[in-house]
Amino acid sequence: MSSVAPAGVPSPPELSPGGGRRSRILDFGRGAEGARAVWIAVISTLVVFAVLVLVVVNSPGWPLVKFYFFNGRIFRESFPGILAAFRVNVEMFLIAEAFILVLALFLAVLRSLSGPVFFPLRALAIGYTDFFRGVPTVLVIYILGFGAPALSLRGVPSSPFVWGIVSLVLVYSAYVAEVYRAGIESVHQSQVAAARSLGLSRWQSLRFVVLPQAIRRVIPPLLNDFIGLQKDTALVALIGVVEAFRQSQIDSAATFNFTPYLATALLFVLITIPLARFTDWLIARDRRRRQVGAA
Amino acid sequence: MSATGEAAAAANGRALVLEGVRKSFGKLEVLKGIDLLVGEHEVICLIGASGSGKSTLLRCVNLLEPVDAGRIQIEGHDVTGAAGAELNAIRRQIGIVFQSFNLFPHMSVLQNVTLAPREVLGTARARAEEEALDLLRRFGLDDKRDEYPDRLSGGQQQRVAIVRALAMRPRIMLLDEVTSALDPELVAEVLNVIRDLAAQGMTMLIATHEMGFARDIANRVCFLDAGVILEQGTPEEIFSAPANPRTRQFLQRIIDAGRL
Repeated sequence: MSSVAPAGVPSPPELSPGGGRRSRILDFGRGAEGARAVWIAVISTLVVFAVLVLVVVNSPGWPLVKFYFFNGRIFRESFPGILAAFRVNVEMFLIAEAFILVLALFLAVLRSLSGPVFFPLRALAIGYTDFFRGVPTVLVIYILGFGAPALSLRGVPSSPFVWGIVSLVLVYSAYVAEVYRAGIESVHQSQVAAARSLGLSRWQSLRFVVLPQAIRRVIPPLLNDFIGLQKDTALVALIGVVEAFRQSQIDSAATFNFTPYLATALLFVLITIPLARFTDWLIARDRRRRQVGAA
Repeated sequence: MSATGEAAAAANGRALVLEGVRKSFGKLEVLKGIDLLVGEHEVICLIGASGSGKSTLLRCVNLLEPVDAGRIQIEGHDVTGAAGAELNAIRRQIGIVFQSFNLFPHMSVLQNVTLAPREVLGTARARAEEEALDLLRRFGLDDKRDEYPDRLSGGQQQRVAIVRALAMRPRIMLLDEVTSALDPELVAEVLNVIRDLAAQGMTMLIATHEMGFARDIANRVCFLDAGVILEQGTPEEIFSAPANPRTRQFLQRIIDAGRL
């Protein structure tokens, strides 16, 4: 009897390694199932794409479409020029982004000021975001790109490159300010109470306590807006900046072929995909962190 | 009965005086004329049901909420309606610790504790960190200096919050139900810190549901009910022979719930 009882005591801990072994076997099973799932995904994807390609390639107009849109020779000839012009898009994007981050933060902070004294500043920030979120980006680019240089004021640059960037900064700052504001409002009031109770001023509380938390939270949506900005640099072509889209228009007009547009599209996709994946990664990391924090 | 406490307060010098303090949120009047004298080195426990105004009273003392009527004096200075830089200066002298800790989650323990001394008092970083480490060591937290708040237990977080308030060398500490959000086994470590502070002579105004603790630590206990101090006296008077039927009723409920 006495030998049974001690055996009975360690048996529960033994059960769990037993369960573990069983679950490892299950894992193995799951691993095999997982591999099978991957194969099914790969095969079904290949089948779907093969069918699509076959349908397109066997369509009556395919030879013409192939010549005008998927023309290898024209692609090779136009690509270097478009790539060089794409540099202009990247420049516009990077310069605009730097200004947007600052201006938008400024607007968001203005809008989050409380108290009747700050009403004019708040109203200004609200008016700004309402206006620039409402007006189509193309119109802002047209109006500033053609209107501002037409004033012929001394010291005002007439370069469409500059006015294109200014337009993008004005429009995107309105969007990004709203993203920042959402972040600021997501920081709980108790954080401000804690900061103020330590004697920090309103501004110090914002700078050391609220903004660092707010900005961390809005990095994924910020990056999302910047993917939009990258694409919208193509709109600046309309006021005469020779960037990738304009270059492909020129090439297209010279060759009576649409393949250059395809080359441009490819470049835009290539540059946005890394940013999109980076955004996904940040969101996933944030979720993991919160789960760890909650546990 | 309150005469004993107030006599002591008068003898020791007055750390805090409240006169007819009223506060409403919209139509709801939370404080309906609070008079309270807190002497230096005195520990006062505010007891009463949830919604009786304990937290609001503490927030008003710390000027986190402006009062609608009445006066607040801190060490003889009228601070009612202070604003701007003056307000920040007054808050420095009053430490408050909240029920939900409110540590800054993006800062390490050391950064949480040194932020206000560095930015508000202008203490040099090395000096501020040295002082912070002294305090952390005193409360057994020095090994947590580089941890972030969400890696700490509730009890540890609350002790850090107390250290953070102490780092400003406050004259008065306000504690707002600091153990209410804690798991039962973590309550003792926080209460011990407060006992330690009381032993060092810190003036404290403590809102609490821990009646045993209040009986232990308080020089005076105030029973708040519906926005007024209904009864106050020594713990002995309040817990053993409450005069007011509402106080008796409240304490009876606590005893029935097995909390005393």
